[in-house]
Amino acid sequence: MLKQIEGSRAVAECVAMCRPNVISAYPITPQTHIVEDLAMIIGQGKLDAEFINVESEFAAGSVVLGASAAGARAYSATSSQGLLLMCEVIYCIAGMRLPIVLTCANRAISAPLSIWNDQQDSMALRDAGWIQLHAEDNQEAADLHIQAFKIAEQTSLPVMVCMDGFILTHAYEPVDIPEPKEVDHFLPPFTPKNIVDPRSPKGIGLFADPRFYLETRYILHRAMEKSEETIKAVSADFAKTFGRNSGGFIKTYKLENADLVIVSMGSVVGTIKELIDRMEEEGKKVGLVQICSYRPFPRHEIYNVLKDKMNIVVLEKSVSLGRGGILASDVRWSFPRAEKKDRNISSFIAGLGGRNIPMDDLRYMVEKVEKEPVELEFLGLKKELISEKDL
Amino acid sequence: MIEIRIHGRGGQGNVAAAELLSIAAFKDGKFAQAFPSFGAERIGAPVMAFVRIDDKKVRTREDVRTPDYLIVQDAFLIETVPVLDGLKPDGLILVNSEKQPEELQLKTTASVETIPATEIALEIIGRPIPNAVMIGAFCTITGLVSLDAVQEAIMGKFPGRVGENNVAALERAHEIMQKR
Repeated sequence: MLKQIEGSRAVAECVAMCRPNVISAYPITPQTHIVEDLAMIIGQGKLDAEFINVESEFAAGSVVLGASAAGARAYSATSSQGLLLMCEVIYCIAGMRLPIVLTCANRAISAPLSIWNDQQDSMALRDAGWIQLHAEDNQEAADLHIQAFKIAEQTSLPVMVCMDGFILTHAYEPVDIPEPKEVDHFLPPFTPKNIVDPRSPKGIGLFADPRFYLETRYILHRAMEKSEETIKAVSADFAKTFGRNSGGFIKTYKLENADLVIVSMGSVVGTIKELIDRMEEEGKKVGLVQICSYRPFPRHEIYNVLKDKMNIVVLEKSVSLGRGGILASDVRWSFPRAEKKDRNISSFIAGLGGRNIPMDDLRYMVEKVEKEPVELEFLGLKKELISEKDL
Repeated sequence: MIEIRIHGRGGQGNVAAAELLSIAAFKDGKFAQAFPSFGAERIGAPVMAFVRIDDKKVRTREDVRTPDYLIVQDAFLIETVPVLDGLKPDGLILVNSEKQPEELQLKTTASVETIPATEIALEIIGRPIPNAVMIGAFCTITGLVSLDAVQEAIMGKFPGRVGENNVAALERAHEIMQKR
């Protein structure tokens, strides 16, 4: 049913319909509404699940790890410092191949303290062996959670669904919430592949000496690469069942005749699409490649759709300090070296710490890269706030 | 696309007002988006909330910078926050104030309307939360969202006594603005 609903509420209702057995989380802005709503849904008797209150995100991660290892469908949600505090467990969950689903309500990282949106938090965990899916709007955020459990359980890989904090989590907009029986049809009950059971004692993720460790990482890497097929299949299956496209690997917008292509991910693509339409009316052909699956990275898809495009600009809400754009590096790596010479791939960092990304700034970015490639620029930087001695 | 910016202080129901307007617009068959711009969630801190209403899906995620309508829940904010920034010259600003519109001496070509929303809220709801009064006045002046839809939205979000009181406040605002 189509509802005018807060993003967090939409996610909570969809997670509940996935019938997790165990939910554990620690409140942190801007993720809090999701787990508050889930706690309420359980409290009202609408979901038969254990909600385990904990003292930290490290504990929340540990609880869902243990629950999943014991055969439960487990879910958690966090943001920013919470995700970083959970970091050690995040790596363990992937190493143990536990199909946990976690929402990252994307938020900036301290210091200085910022409760506002960017994508530095999930980006900091990009190498952990979790599938990372990015939502464009709240419909996709809701839909991705339903897909995430299926992808996780089919691949034995954990899935992080990333949605921009505040911009999506706190936004009211129309979301089509499926019927529980539709979700039941789409997502079969969880059949765990590897259970820790005292009746048949064994351990998982225990100890690998130098004779074995390298292989475990190789296998995990291959599993991440191979999950591409599952992510695509589940997205296609979702489209067939629910009648709308959500998720998948990448999506494109007005790409075919585009002279210049923006690559980005998350909620900012909405503003980008609006800009593309306006520029089209002015006779400019700008296209978009939107990353849905950031990990595994859609390298081949990006190459396939962009191989004839010579002017590309990557816009992202995170930065590798001392290196530059992270998504930009990934996109640059998607093209064979011999082809890179005359292709311009510019890199813009925007929206850090919740800085508004106005359409005018995006227009400035497009007009600038039409003239010359930009190796790295922080969009909307207020030079008046920076003095000589800061640099 | 119609863009609305709501200014107020934490605790005045700014975010709730934006949400209610978006739910009401949805009930009227339109597409709407509402989202907050928190300073940090503290009572008394300046807060903004944004609403967009359109006949098609709202895709843009930028803050509302050139609003058609401004709703100001605390008149004192006009002195400390650049409330009028970006307001369309033919737009409208609705201020919670006991003063007459011209007494505010606002530097804008936009229409100015006032309503003593806190006073009315204290009388009807018993708490100084002006949002229902402001929404009632706003809907009556602009006709942008139907009053019925707002009532339904209020009762959906605040069932029972709280909702009923807010609906009464909404109706009082409607009566007052209709008389003008």
